[in-house]
Amino acid sequence: MAAPRKGRRRTPTYLMELRLNSVSHAYGHTEVLRDITLTIPEGQIVCVVGPSGCGKSTLLRMIGGLERPDSGEILQVGAPPAGCLNPLTYVFQDFALLPWRSVEGNIALALEDHRLGRTRERDIVAGVLERTGLSDFARALPRQLSGGMKQRVAIARALAVNPAVMLLDEPLSALDAQTRELLMDDLVTLWTRTPFTAVYVTHNLAEAVRLGHAIVVLSRRPGAVREVVEINQPLQNRNATDPALEARREHLWQLMRDEARAADAELAHA
Amino acid sequence: MPEPGPDIRPVPFRGGGFAPRSVRMVGAFVFVALIAIAEIGTRQGWISALTLPRPSDVLATFGELWDSGLLFKHLQPSLTRLAVGAALGASIGISVGVLIGLFSYIRAGLVPLVAALFPIPKIALLPLFVIWFGIDEGSKYALIAFGTFTPTVVATYGAVDNVDRTLVRMGQSFGLSWWSIVRKIVIPGAMPGILSGLRVSLAIAIILLVAAEMLGAEYGIGAYILEAGSLYDLERLFAGVVILSLLGVVVSAAISQAEKRLLRWRS
Repeated sequence: MAAPRKGRRRTPTYLMELRLNSVSHAYGHTEVLRDITLTIPEGQIVCVVGPSGCGKSTLLRMIGGLERPDSGEILQVGAPPAGCLNPLTYVFQDFALLPWRSVEGNIALALEDHRLGRTRERDIVAGVLERTGLSDFARALPRQLSGGMKQRVAIARALAVNPAVMLLDEPLSALDAQTRELLMDDLVTLWTRTPFTAVYVTHNLAEAVRLGHAIVVLSRRPGAVREVVEINQPLQNRNATDPALEARREHLWQLMRDEARAADAELAHA
Repeated sequence: MPEPGPDIRPVPFRGGGFAPRSVRMVGAFVFVALIAIAEIGTRQGWISALTLPRPSDVLATFGELWDSGLLFKHLQPSLTRLAVGAALGASIGISVGVLIGLFSYIRAGLVPLVAALFPIPKIALLPLFVIWFGIDEGSKYALIAFGTFTPTVVATYGAVDNVDRTLVRMGQSFGLSWWSIVRKIVIPGAMPGILSGLRVSLAIAIILLVAAEMLGAEYGIGAYILEAGSLYDLERLFAGVVILSLLGVVVSAAISQAEKRLLRWRS
């Protein structure tokens, strides 16, 4: 338990940022992304919002190298931090936990291939369990956990590999409203203690204004950047009732409303 | 004058059913009842002794087998054949099934072949096996192995197909090696399907055991049954058949145990 505490005090040395240069993609004849150019600066959370089917999850899969864009490039600039085991690390909407492994086993899965030695591995697992408040659940199986707890495990697993950039794909969408609030608080606490770089895809604007340093609004299919909204207020000072944030949320909704309606109708036609 | 009250009655129940639970002892009761009917029937004469042997006579034959030590003389080679043949067939079947599940070219090449092999009655190939593997144990192992192989392959690649792809993507996103993904994600994920496939393939292995022992085996449950059959010695025939049934029950129970241990994570 002592080791990760020391690690947390260390000044973060995140030296890597991501750049997207005019990324475009089509599935067959359906163009999904058009000319996306973006920078994800280190130590910041960039939220990507857009109507359903705008290609935001596709974009995220491309950023992490799970899918190739038809054209354009995705560049990582600078080296990942020392001790980083997996520079681009995902947190998935449906948690993607192995049901046959316990909480600690699921976290260890991400470490086992790196041959860190048993002690080091156990220290890392214990450290991230403590950071995410899961220490008491180390031996539980996923089916015994609530949705919120499962996503905390997935977040712990992502933290365990000390990523340069976290890629969160609608991480709270499968959870109920109260759990979503709790997990947003958790993410804010985690970020405040040790700032991390993240791309956070969501369709929930409240999440975006709560967690995003920058919010990228995509248009409906084919997804293109409509606007990038920056919010300078520190994460820990934001709360749901803040009128300034509410104004931002309203602004985002104005941007998206017509797109969302059109996207909705379009899906119905298809 | 009071107004006529509204018609009040409980909402009719429409749920329930479609959820079998495990009920103890009923299975045993069915066995006991059937045996009792056969016993009473043959004793009272409304079942002719020619059509069905008396269960108590079968039991006596079984006792003789036990006392003379012949039981183990027959059981030992049969169990060896079953174990070797089924282990060969199941392990090759699982490996090939996983490969079919993972590689498009192997799938394209082997699925039609497996489909062509599956319906062949393996017993029909007995002469071929004798030519290939000799009249000794080799051909018996091969026959049982071949018979277990096809259903295992089909069950395994189906199970691999059903492994949640988001888990595989997760493994890739954490940079897991190909082999780690197969070993830690694909195979455990396919395990429920593989085990229920084994339930079928091992039953087939027992069926083929008798066929294999048609090949000039001196000892073995199958040889014993065939000999009794050709002499129309129904007591001995039934004693042999009962042994095969018990073998099936034991194998099935072993797989249930394996499921309990390996699939504890499934609620």
